[in-house]
Amino acid sequence: MSAPPPLHGLVLAGGASARMRQDKAALVYAGAAQLDRVVALLARHVNPVFVSSRAAQATEPTRAGKPLILDDPALVGLGSGSGAAGPMLGIRSAFGRFPDIAWLVVACDLPLLSDAALAQLLAARDPSRLATAFRSVHDGLPEPLCAIWEPAAAAALAAYQAAEGRCPRKFLIRADALLIEPVDRRALDNVNTPEEYAQAQELLGANGNGQPMQLRIQYYALLREQAGRSEENLETLATTPAAVYAQLHARYGFTLGREQLKVAVNGAFSDWAHVLRPGDALVFIPPVAGG
Amino acid sequence: MRFRLLQTAIDTVAGRGELSDAGAGAYVSFEGWVRDHNEGRAVERLEYEAFAELALTEGELILAEARQRFPIQHALCVHRIGELRIGELAVWVGVSSVHRGEAFGACRYIIDEVKHRVPIWKKEHYRDGDSGWVNCERCAASAAPAHEHDHEHAP
Repeated sequence: MSAPPPLHGLVLAGGASARMRQDKAALVYAGAAQLDRVVALLARHVNPVFVSSRAAQATEPTRAGKPLILDDPALVGLGSGSGAAGPMLGIRSAFGRFPDIAWLVVACDLPLLSDAALAQLLAARDPSRLATAFRSVHDGLPEPLCAIWEPAAAAALAAYQAAEGRCPRKFLIRADALLIEPVDRRALDNVNTPEEYAQAQELLGANGNGQPMQLRIQYYALLREQAGRSEENLETLATTPAAVYAQLHARYGFTLGREQLKVAVNGAFSDWAHVLRPGDALVFIPPVAGG
Repeated sequence: MRFRLLQTAIDTVAGRGELSDAGAGAYVSFEGWVRDHNEGRAVERLEYEAFAELALTEGELILAEARQRFPIQHALCVHRIGELRIGELAVWVGVSSVHRGEAFGACRYIIDEVKHRVPIWKKEHYRDGDSGWVNCERCAASAAPAHEHDHEHAP
């Protein structure tokens, strides 16, 4: 077998951010712009990392100075859309510039994307398929915007778009792609609206100083069984019990929602919005059933 | 401590003795037993688990509330943890008071509040081999947020 095609990183930052009403690449989480965060994240796994962008965005401060792949004007206007083929255009432009390269493609609106998720995707990569992608935890369909696209996909994408196809997700549904179940179930939650931005900020502890802290978590009853442990030390950016539970809920797939629980901090009932300090001990309390 | 968690069998005679008082004319106790069925399923045994630190403080708080609400002499509550078989005593409440009315009232208050507030969990092991945490399994709902995307997809 020949060696698999070399892999580069591609951050898709060419979107219009219409529903957010501000540039999603420039949104700040835990003290850093999202585009800087995701470029740094990718750079820990692949090299080099490029930023896909529209020409009009090239001088915008968050993008300027990064290696850019601008949308190829020769591809614009293909398909039936009015420029809505943004992600397709970005991926095709990258293939156009480096035809023999496989791309780890990541959208810039996934603030919860983790090293664990990327490591899982890279370990699962099958270069003999057109793509290796996660299956959405929400609808089971492929997630094209956190996926490895092999060079062989370039021609298939061109044919798909020539046949009026516009959606990379639909392309992957029909294509020969390897789909895997994400271990980090929250990693691909995307942020499209100001409300989702606020939620993600809370999860990432944007109100704190951006420094992780150590917490002690104890598990009881159903949560102990689902976590597979009775206690652990957690290093987290979360600053409230609500944000910590959201993180653990995603990690362990807890079946109990936050609204069914109470929370104790340092041995006393507490509030979900309580501001945590390093070393605090948390217990999430499932519905009780004494007597 | 007047609220206790015990790994071993509850000694009700000793508990009753602790409540004795020359001024008390009434003694009321409640015993919660492990029964062999729940919600139509045959139960073989139970498992109780407690978050001891908070269970003890919350239990003491409930006993203090009972003494405030009812003019009683003494109150005591003991809850088992660990594995229990059918017929075993899972929880015991004892109250002594001058007259019977407040003893009944306080005993009822204590057991009701303990069941609702103290972080103790019960796992039922059914005769068919299945098991489940009471109040946790059937009401479990996914808290995952809906996926937001710009348009719909169908395979």
